[in-house]
Amino acid sequence: MAHGTTTGVQDAAGPAGATDGPTSGGSGADLGLVGVTKAFGSYLAVDDLTLTVPAGTFFALLGPSGCGKTTTLRMVAGLEHPTSGSITIGGTDVTARRAHQRPVNTVFQSYALFPHLTVLENVAFGLRRRRVPDAVARARDGLALVELPHLADRRPAQLSGGQQQRVALARALVNSPAVLLLDEPLGALDLKLRRQMQVELKRIQTEVGLTFVHVTHDQEEAMTMADQVAVMNAGRIEQLGTPAELYELPRTVFVANFLGQSNLLPGRVREVRDGWVGVDVGGTRLVVPQDRAVSTHGDVLVGVRPEKIHLLPADEELSDDANVVGPGRVTDVSFAGVSTQYQVEVPGLGTLGVFAQNLAGGAQVALGAQVRLAWAPRFTFGLDGSTDASDGVVDLDRA
Amino acid sequence: MSAARRRRGWSLGDAVVPVFAGLAFLYLLVPVAYTVAFSFNDAGRSNLVWQGFTLDAWRNPCGAPQVCEAFVNSLTVGLLATAGATVLGTMVAVALVRYRFRGRSAANLLIFLPMSTPEVVLGAALLAQFLSLRVQPGFGTVVIAHVMFSVSFVVVTVKARVASLDPRLEEAAADLYASSWLAFWKVTFPLLVPGIAAAALLAFSLSFDDFIITNFNSGAFTTFPKFVYVSAARGIPPQANVIGSIMFALALVLVVAVQVAAAARRRRAARAV
Ligand SMILES: Nc1ncnc2c1ncn2[C@@H]1O[C@H](COP(=O)(O)OP(=O)(O)OP(=O)(O)O)[C@@H](O)[C@H]1O
Ligand SMILES: [Mg+2]
Repeated sequence: MAHGTTTGVQDAAGPAGATDGPTSGGSGADLGLVGVTKAFGSYLAVDDLTLTVPAGTFFALLGPSGCGKTTTLRMVAGLEHPTSGSITIGGTDVTARRAHQRPVNTVFQSYALFPHLTVLENVAFGLRRRRVPDAVARARDGLALVELPHLADRRPAQLSGGQQQRVALARALVNSPAVLLLDEPLGALDLKLRRQMQVELKRIQTEVGLTFVHVTHDQEEAMTMADQVAVMNAGRIEQLGTPAELYELPRTVFVANFLGQSNLLPGRVREVRDGWVGVDVGGTRLVVPQDRAVSTHGDVLVGVRPEKIHLLPADEELSDDANVVGPGRVTDVSFAGVSTQYQVEVPGLGTLGVFAQNLAGGAQVALGAQVRLAWAPRFTFGLDGSTDASDGVVDLDRA
Repeated sequence: MSAARRRRGWSLGDAVVPVFAGLAFLYLLVPVAYTVAFSFNDAGRSNLVWQGFTLDAWRNPCGAPQVCEAFVNSLTVGLLATAGATVLGTMVAVALVRYRFRGRSAANLLIFLPMSTPEVVLGAALLAQFLSLRVQPGFGTVVIAHVMFSVSFVVVTVKARVASLDPRLEEAAADLYASSWLAFWKVTFPLLVPGIAAAALLAFSLSFDDFIITNFNSGAFTTFPKFVYVSAARGIPPQANVIGSIMFALALVLVVAVQVAAAARRRRAARAV
């Protein structure tokens, strides 16, 4: 019997060989990519990608369609071979290992459940391949974790989309992989089910403590679920950090626009003094904390998030340490319950978006009103002025 | 209202369709019925005219000289050729769909060649080849020839099935620790089974049925179709009709069984939801 408890490690090529011995309650492992590049012909789908995913984190890979997210995951899973670079899991270089020899499991974008097997056998598939002694019992536990134990004997074709998605998740999870890869697993679900599954997925990740790499093109999903988010664009990582870091201090125009909304005003640096950068924006002087500015000379973009801006009547007195632009005319007011979104057209600067919480009930500024826009300098960020200010703007018609 | 009632009443289409369907069935079934009927003929020397009813041929189907020997020969050749062609054809089909290699498109095209070449040409060419290699025509050459001409049909049948398989399934298997060998046996093969079974049946019926190519390449070896052809000159013994009838009945039972099983599976699936 003592023999039985060690069978999990017998298969040296299996996942147990690379990380923790027992296959249950594993805590995941670090995932490292160093200079990983994938070329399809002359097209670079993934371009010199370097990143580290710490063990036990919920890591989101966020980017628009076609930016190379799936390709990156496939290289980690071993289903695609990198053109150059290396991949490590728990410190072990796995670049040369085949897919079935890596301690990694994937929840596929299309689920890829085995149609000829029952739900239970689907979930037990990986356990059986590794000759885990109590495969069926563990598969049942896995189904319980995703709350589908009553569907064990069905075929995948007899499940709804959401149920299939959960079976795919259970099938990967029961193996307690060092790294679990999720390729837009919620993409096919409707909005309500999707929000529900986001909470569920987060709960499961906290419960099992594995390293999750979650691919999505939904910025809200990435921000609500992940500990760390890497924003990917055209095969490269634009920026990596916690959701709050990325939101409060975007370092590229793409991130500023793709993650939430930003007002970006083109200007030119006039002075750098006492940790502040003074920028001339269409005749108005705005200041940016030096450590929040990517560039401190020449052309820059001065950025501020819409909810940081206050609208002031055109004639109100101002404290002179605020950043103020205007006056401008309110061209659009859209009331959304908890908040109101204003569009303000400022001559010479363009249109700025402003979010105001409806603390006093209802919109406080009328359409057509003349207002000035003010915000605290510490919320301001500075970006490289040579990029197109609309880079990464999410097309609302598509989203 | 009146238009609907008129449609439900008598119309030309309602009468013509059953009549033509009936005629077509008659046309198809008369030769079969004739074969079955004459297996009960109390034939003396010739089984060409009705002489009276008897169960003699059915009681002793091997009564006529050589008829059962030829039948067993055909069965043996059929089973061997089916096994060979199915294994080979399945491997070719999987390779053609799943792997990129030099000459793949040429292979895709060439596989159709034996299907479109006239059988006499194939048969004569094979014989020429066997003779030039100094291989004595007989059992072995017949099996080789049958594998050769039925493998194309297997490839085409199985290939359609492989192409309809989601390649992600094999990737999922690999992701779940299955080596490519295990991924094939645990995922690809079970999903291909219906296609492979259909291909095997097709290969068997092609082999069992073949006369032209067999006639060129069999030497003194006699298969059932060859036996029937040779004895046609003297009159086919009613035992041949018995064997023909049995084969027909077996095929019929098989088709019905497959249909019933499929319907049962559908009903079970519907009930499970
Ligand atoms: N096998 C392939 N051959 C050629 N090009 C490919 C291949 N696989 C992917 N690509 C290309 O690489 C790029 C990245 O593809 P990938 O599937 O990684 O995108 P993605 O970020 O996952 O997009 P989505 O959000 O739409 O799933 C795309 O432009 C795609 O056309
Ligand atoms: Mg993708």
